[in-house]
Amino acid sequence: MSNATGGGGTLHTISVLVEDKPGVLTRVAGLFSARGFNIDSLAVGPTESSGLSRMTIVINVDTKPLEQITKQLNKLINVIKILEHEPGSAVERELMLVKVRASGDDRARVMEIAEVFRVNIVDVTASTLTLEATGKPDKLEALLSLLDDFGIVELSRTGRIALGRGDRGIKERVLRAAND
Amino acid sequence: MKVTGALALLRALEHEGVEVIFGIPGGASMPIYDPLVDGSSIRHILCRHEQGAGHAAEGYAWATGRVGVCMATSGPGGTNLVTPIADAKMDSVPIVAITGQVPTPVVGNDAFQEADITGITMPITKHNFLVKDPALIAETVREAFHIASTGRPGPVLIDLPKDVLLAETTWSWPERINLPGYKPTTKGNQRQVVEAVKLIMAAERPVLYVGGGVIKADAHAELAKLATVGRLPVVTTLMARGAFPDSNELCLGMPGMHGNYTAVTAIQKSDVLVALGTRFDDRVTGKLAAFAPYAKVIHVDIDPAEIGKNRAVEVPIVGDCKDVIAKLAAELDARQHEAGGVPDRSAWLGQLTDWQRRFPYRYDQQPDGPLKPQYCVERLRALADDDTIVVAGVGQHQMYASQYWRFEHPRHWINSGGLGTMGFAVPAAMGAKVGQPGKRVLAIDGDGCFQMTAQELATSTTEKIPFITAILNNGYLGMVRQWQELFFAERYSGVYLDPDVPDYVKLAEAYGAVGFRADDPGEVDAVIEKAFSVEDRSVVIDFRVDPREMVFPMVPAGASNDDIILDPEGASPTSDPSEAPIL
Repeated sequence: MSNATGGGGTLHTISVLVEDKPGVLTRVAGLFSARGFNIDSLAVGPTESSGLSRMTIVINVDTKPLEQITKQLNKLINVIKILEHEPGSAVERELMLVKVRASGDDRARVMEIAEVFRVNIVDVTASTLTLEATGKPDKLEALLSLLDDFGIVELSRTGRIALGRGDRGIKERVLRAAND
Repeated sequence: MKVTGALALLRALEHEGVEVIFGIPGGASMPIYDPLVDGSSIRHILCRHEQGAGHAAEGYAWATGRVGVCMATSGPGGTNLVTPIADAKMDSVPIVAITGQVPTPVVGNDAFQEADITGITMPITKHNFLVKDPALIAETVREAFHIASTGRPGPVLIDLPKDVLLAETTWSWPERINLPGYKPTTKGNQRQVVEAVKLIMAAERPVLYVGGGVIKADAHAELAKLATVGRLPVVTTLMARGAFPDSNELCLGMPGMHGNYTAVTAIQKSDVLVALGTRFDDRVTGKLAAFAPYAKVIHVDIDPAEIGKNRAVEVPIVGDCKDVIAKLAAELDARQHEAGGVPDRSAWLGQLTDWQRRFPYRYDQQPDGPLKPQYCVERLRALADDDTIVVAGVGQHQMYASQYWRFEHPRHWINSGGLGTMGFAVPAAMGAKVGQPGKRVLAIDGDGCFQMTAQELATSTTEKIPFITAILNNGYLGMVRQWQELFFAERYSGVYLDPDVPDYVKLAEAYGAVGFRADDPGEVDAVIEKAFSVEDRSVVIDFRVDPREMVFPMVPAGASNDDIILDPEGASPTSDPSEAPIL
């Protein structure tokens, strides 16, 4: 049960609010590998509060092992709060840079695709175009499958970030919990 | 007041009430040792190996309930602490490990005796700290002790670079602890308690499945109340021996791979299983899918991650066992009063008594036959008082000790359960004796285990910490030998140690201890009496026991608890339909 990894499950996005202390990323990542869970993507950055960082982690597991993951994460001293985003209840985005072969006739076709997807062209050479794309993961996948025909030279993605919809933030819930 | 980081550390440890540190100094930790010369309320016990220091801190913590402290230098000093730290994590033992580190300017440069000990111990500590500012030492110590001793206890490591220890800072003791991400739930939810009691009231075959958390929570009195009020039978896991007195008629003893038939089968046949401070370890459950198949489970634990981890639960209760068990007992008492008394479960209790009568632990000691290890444990118990603290390593001797010792009090049984650390007994016994100097401490050890940490007998002699080690010497790594006999067609490989090497009596004497030997059953009592009469030095008894003896009952790894094997002939009571238990 607790060792189920990858495949077979569903994608879950969780936000983990952590103290910005040395080693905290290692603690979180290490917990996943020690307990036999795979991370699909992980993004870390500062938050609106100094001293707190926010990790967005995408995991491919069933509901039961997910519960075990969040319980184990909660035991890390530097973890303040964990939110699991129900599908549709959060805005989820990813940033991608992709360098595509585009010379001759291909150049115009790639630029046309860029326009349709409303993505920016951020670098141009004689033989390549580099596109900067932001969006939901499925939009980026759709874009990539079209660009694949031209030849992708290099690809870099940030991993997903997410914010819950609605007027409350993760930290307000933390403060409310602290005042209980 | 201006102090060095090292002095701030000592002051902070004194503030935490630390009375003893088990340690070994080295280059990076030397600044800590200098102020000890000027006097401190803390006694430093110089061990002979850092692993010994770590297990001694564990033994101290097991025996007292207080936080044990061990200390080592950077690099190999810290890595030698890895095994005791992992052991403390698995068995939820509150210890604080302090390590020196190379100076901050050279951290990451592969400096002499550098190891990334916070990185290494991240997965085996409850939490760890690398302190880079001497002004943070006091609050780090305070947080470390708080984390180690509260919630589910565990090991915490503090790594201190040498320049931080030497730098000057201003001493102040923090008024508050600031750990926003650490708030263990200790109070059990009363609605869940009511749900649990309803299940218990309706149960026909209830069992209290008691784990080490009950001892950690000092909840033995509350457990006794709950068991007595509800007339509920109790099994005590390897980690919980002594949480409930073996002399109580409701005590069924140890379940699990080498548990007795009644304890194992009571759980298997139970309809309501009340799991208290226990984690459904594979050594208890056997094949998980076949474990307690008829039982609705109530699970009380202070660690929410344990609840539902291995077994689905009908009534989860997160909280400290002391609080929750007291609430369960009070609620059960009240409801039973309303209902006109304890439900009649005489058939169940009668069945348990019948099993106990028919399937006790057994062995065969012939007066002129080879000495049996079980006989040694039984005679040690018969000649010792109830207040003796018993410590074991890992293997056959550990199982014999748990099976044949009769425990009457909590914190009188210390062993390595989860990690199964050979070599645990000698240093842990030493630590226990430091924590409980008024009590007799008896390590029951194997010859394989003993050789892994015997060097701490030197510490015992020089620091005047007398305890007894009874080696059940069969000349083998006995438990591995047993598995090779049973599961590898008697193809013995890499298990023969030789009972004569070393000569344990001479080795004891070389360390300044007293050595005795018993080869035959007739010599056992006299040797034990002689050993018990020595009070100023440690004693080693070399019991030359039958290498062919095996631990039974046994549930083979991965098998169902229903397939318990009672003796070497493979007899299983359920193989005879006329003996089939109820259900």
